[in-house]
Amino acid sequence: MTLSADLPLQLSARVPEAAREATLWLFLGVGAVLVFASLVGALLRWRLGPQNSVVANLNARIKAWWVMVAVIGLAMLGGHTGVVLLFGLVSFLALREFITLTHTRRGDHLALLACFFLFLPLQYLFVWQNWYGMFSIFVPVYAFLLMPFLACLGHDTTNFLARATQTQWGLMICVYAISHVPALLALQIPGFAERNLLLVIFLILVVQSSDVLQYVWGKLLGRRKIAPNVSPSKTLEGFLGGVASATALGAAMWWITPFTPLQAAGMALAITLMGFAGGLVMSAIKRDRGVKDWGHLIEGHGGMLDRLDSVCFSAPIFFHLVRYFFTP
Amino acid sequence: MRIFDRFVGRLLISAARLLTGAYANWLGCKPEPRQRLYFANHASHLDFLLLWGMLPPALRHKTRPVAGADYWNASALRRYVIHRVFRGVLVTRGGGAAGSDLLAPLREALAAGDSLIFFPEGTRSPDGEIQAFKSGLYHLAHDYPQVEFVPVLMENLSRVMGKGEFLPVPLICVLSFGTPLALAPDEAKPAFLTRARQALIDLLPAR
Repeated sequence: MTLSADLPLQLSARVPEAAREATLWLFLGVGAVLVFASLVGALLRWRLGPQNSVVANLNARIKAWWVMVAVIGLAMLGGHTGVVLLFGLVSFLALREFITLTHTRRGDHLALLACFFLFLPLQYLFVWQNWYGMFSIFVPVYAFLLMPFLACLGHDTTNFLARATQTQWGLMICVYAISHVPALLALQIPGFAERNLLLVIFLILVVQSSDVLQYVWGKLLGRRKIAPNVSPSKTLEGFLGGVASATALGAAMWWITPFTPLQAAGMALAITLMGFAGGLVMSAIKRDRGVKDWGHLIEGHGGMLDRLDSVCFSAPIFFHLVRYFFTP
Repeated sequence: MRIFDRFVGRLLISAARLLTGAYANWLGCKPEPRQRLYFANHASHLDFLLLWGMLPPALRHKTRPVAGADYWNASALRRYVIHRVFRGVLVTRGGGAAGSDLLAPLREALAAGDSLIFFPEGTRSPDGEIQAFKSGLYHLAHDYPQVEFVPVLMENLSRVMGKGEFLPVPLICVLSFGTPLALAPDEAKPAFLTRARQALIDLLPAR
């Protein structure tokens, strides 16, 4: 059955034809899951009443998912450029949340301006150009060395090392790491030409379903807290159940990837484990800064970084695993 | 022209919100159509734009920012923005002629039933710390007991665009609206000003 034949060609013209059919099926699949989740949410609300805060939060999360899926879908209609622009904007919002929680001082003004309006756009420009030799080192080499120099121009040495490191961390996590999602589009995989968009979808689906499934398993069976001091809501049962089921889901999606089912499972396992590590690390930062959420951008989820903490850690690893094993 | 002015206002608010991701925390009161004087800490030129933008449109059109005449009358563009877009109330800073009432334009606006946005420190803080309040707030609280005096703490604005900076760094700003304050009977000027300043400091999150 060909679904994409019915879609107006102009609308999907920027999505490479080789990836169109599978992309459409995947979005329909996600849509079906969201319809199901919305029905469950409505049922729970009806049974437990609108005052139940867990159910209210669940419904807010599901509603936000609809919006996020729609935004990602729109970006994908814009093809390569659309995806790069979307993650550029995501990086901007994430960096804004990160720097807000750091202890920068007035002397950092110039360095911070450079982070937002020079380093971030340049990194995404290099990603857009598929210039691997540049985007893979730009932040850790050029930005890393230039930024503390700009901070020096503020003539303020109070906590200088701490300020410089925090800002550098923000750039690495929010710009460098996240930019590896659209960078997947640049990989030249033999026999997989024009279908790299599906790798982006694979990564996002595995990492986000791992988050959701860990949450669901944790809510259903969670007993033993896995890291009570760092992230009180994470449980061993949620972790094991989430990782196992997200790995299975990744294996089941092998047909959209250049991997065999076993390789897809291995990739999904690496993605989920890194995602878990990211969730824990970002949670430690929040706890240290005395906040519960990174922001308030996404209703029910918190900030952009609350939704993206796992992507930050899994995207670069996934990128390099694919690059090492699947490109010549 | 009124529609155009409001459009410009919306545009400015959207730009400021895009940059700062600002959001309002109505802790001690709700956005209600009462006559109020919002008093806030002052760190940047974006301050009153953000505070004004946080109010629902119906309230916003009845709320006028108090701003320094020296700065806002300096060019045609600034004059247009402050008079037509914000309907600002301009005051002459740094003492006028001896015996003249600097607060006269504010009294006029309050008497007409408008709400105000007021920065009792008088000028932008050089380092983001909340400075001592000038006496204007006390005189207004004394003369207009029917007006609710609402403390508004604006977080992070000194980091976004501190005094002397020209380009803003995009950081998230939180505007916390506290419990309205009233002048107690027999409350002396210094006591009230200290209490009002403390009301702002108390809105700082414990971190």
